[in-house]
Amino acid sequence: MNAFPASDWLLLGIFLAFVAATVAGALIAVNTVRIIRSVCGLAICCVGLAGLFYFLSSPFLALMEILIYVGAVCVTIIFAVMLAEPDEPTPERLVKPYPILGFLAAAAIAAGVFYGVAHLSLDTGWLNPAASRVNDGSVHAIGVALLTTYSLPFELISLVLLVAILGALAIAHDGRRKG
Amino acid sequence: MSFFEPYLPAVRLLIFLVGTVAFVGLNAAYLVWVERKGAGRFQRRPGPMEVGPQGLLQPLADGLKLMSKQLIVPPGADATLFRLAPAMVIAPALMCLATIPYSESLLAPRNLNIGLIMVFAFGSINVMAIMLGGWASRNKYAIISAARVVSQNVAYEIPMLLVVITILMVTGTMNLNDIVKQQGPYFWDWNLFRVWENPLMPVTFVIFFICMLAETNRAPFDMAEAESELVAGAFTEYAGMGFGVFFMGEYANILVGCSLATVLFLGGWQSPIGLFPGVWWFFLKLYALVFTVVWIRWTFPRTQFYGLLNLSWKILIPISLVTLLLTAVVMKLPLLF
Repeated sequence: MNAFPASDWLLLGIFLAFVAATVAGALIAVNTVRIIRSVCGLAICCVGLAGLFYFLSSPFLALMEILIYVGAVCVTIIFAVMLAEPDEPTPERLVKPYPILGFLAAAAIAAGVFYGVAHLSLDTGWLNPAASRVNDGSVHAIGVALLTTYSLPFELISLVLLVAILGALAIAHDGRRKG
Repeated sequence: MSFFEPYLPAVRLLIFLVGTVAFVGLNAAYLVWVERKGAGRFQRRPGPMEVGPQGLLQPLADGLKLMSKQLIVPPGADATLFRLAPAMVIAPALMCLATIPYSESLLAPRNLNIGLIMVFAFGSINVMAIMLGGWASRNKYAIISAARVVSQNVAYEIPMLLVVITILMVTGTMNLNDIVKQQGPYFWDWNLFRVWENPLMPVTFVIFFICMLAETNRAPFDMAEAESELVAGAFTEYAGMGFGVFFMGEYANILVGCSLATVLFLGGWQSPIGLFPGVWWFFLKLYALVFTVVWIRWTFPRTQFYGLLNLSWKILIPISLVTLLLTAVVMKLPLLF
């Protein structure tokens, strides 16, 4: 790294910006009423995640996050929303049937998930520390892993996708015959 | 001097960033002029002549006009997304241009090992931006255009990526500068003519070029902005610089696409005759491709939407799959003997 005097602060600033983008995107995705805006929140969240992957020395994973989640998944979701739902004006007021009970249930689930993830990451006996596995995210390593260790899941995923395509074809064909 | 020494990398970074932005701005302005002059030539008229000699100051006048117009957000539109969409078109294009190796030493401060994926990762955001712009305008034409943009870009992303995988199998690296270095100092060393690796290499280049036209929404594939049927498609409601930024984004994306074609197929900054390799060859090839893009726009009429989708799904995808398989077979042939 070619470091210059203020580079640490700059790096910290960029890192914090990515963290902020992740959190803010997630909050937008959950809190907004319009579904398109929540997809945009998801996209912002994914860009933030990509930045975090970059800070974890996995630039390939970071770019894949953008290519797949922002460029493909979010676009597909918005496309589905545009096809399915006529664009409605924002509802005036959200009806919240059980405000306190809902809050408590959500807080309990959030605490449970947070405890689980924290427990998992702190107490698992990781085989090697992350610092010694910096090159595991390289294209070569991922390619070798996908075609040797994980070849069965890899093939199963393609089967799932094939079934999904066939299902979509069947549904579309059925609709066409009726019309 | 020693006081400034540690800041030199930062200064270099800053100059590179400012240079990239200026390059895009200048090109967007003057490619419009080239486009209008070219259109004039093809239609037997002089094109813009009034502002400056040969109309050379026309882009400045256009810029002033666009910037002095009011930005109107139509009532009922989603104001945040409406304002965000133009920025989302141009920002990823700038990111993509930062990966392009203009010459052996004039390239991104940090030599990216996965520059090729970076171009496609940020290039894929373009679709989302146009779609959001169309949706946020709350206009029937804009929404039809947004739906078209998605089906068109999804259809053409597939053959484009298949072609790029073919190139990747031949080059074995995603570092754009290494890809250029592999192609030797003569034109028969370019990837375009490496027919012993894949006999269909020129076909691959043609597929790449067609997909690039479709991905950047250029005529004859500009279904997103089909002004004879959809007013101006996704850009209908945009006034002033909002439209101007979309326009700049289109030209920036053409630059990215043509630069990528130059790097992947035409040897980048390598000289075709073995003399003086350098940045001038890169720009010569780049602008030859850009001129071809303009030429195609004013020569062919706009296609129909179903013709467009059929071209991708029924012709380009099968052919690019065949080239992919053929390259794999040719690469593994030595194992048989």
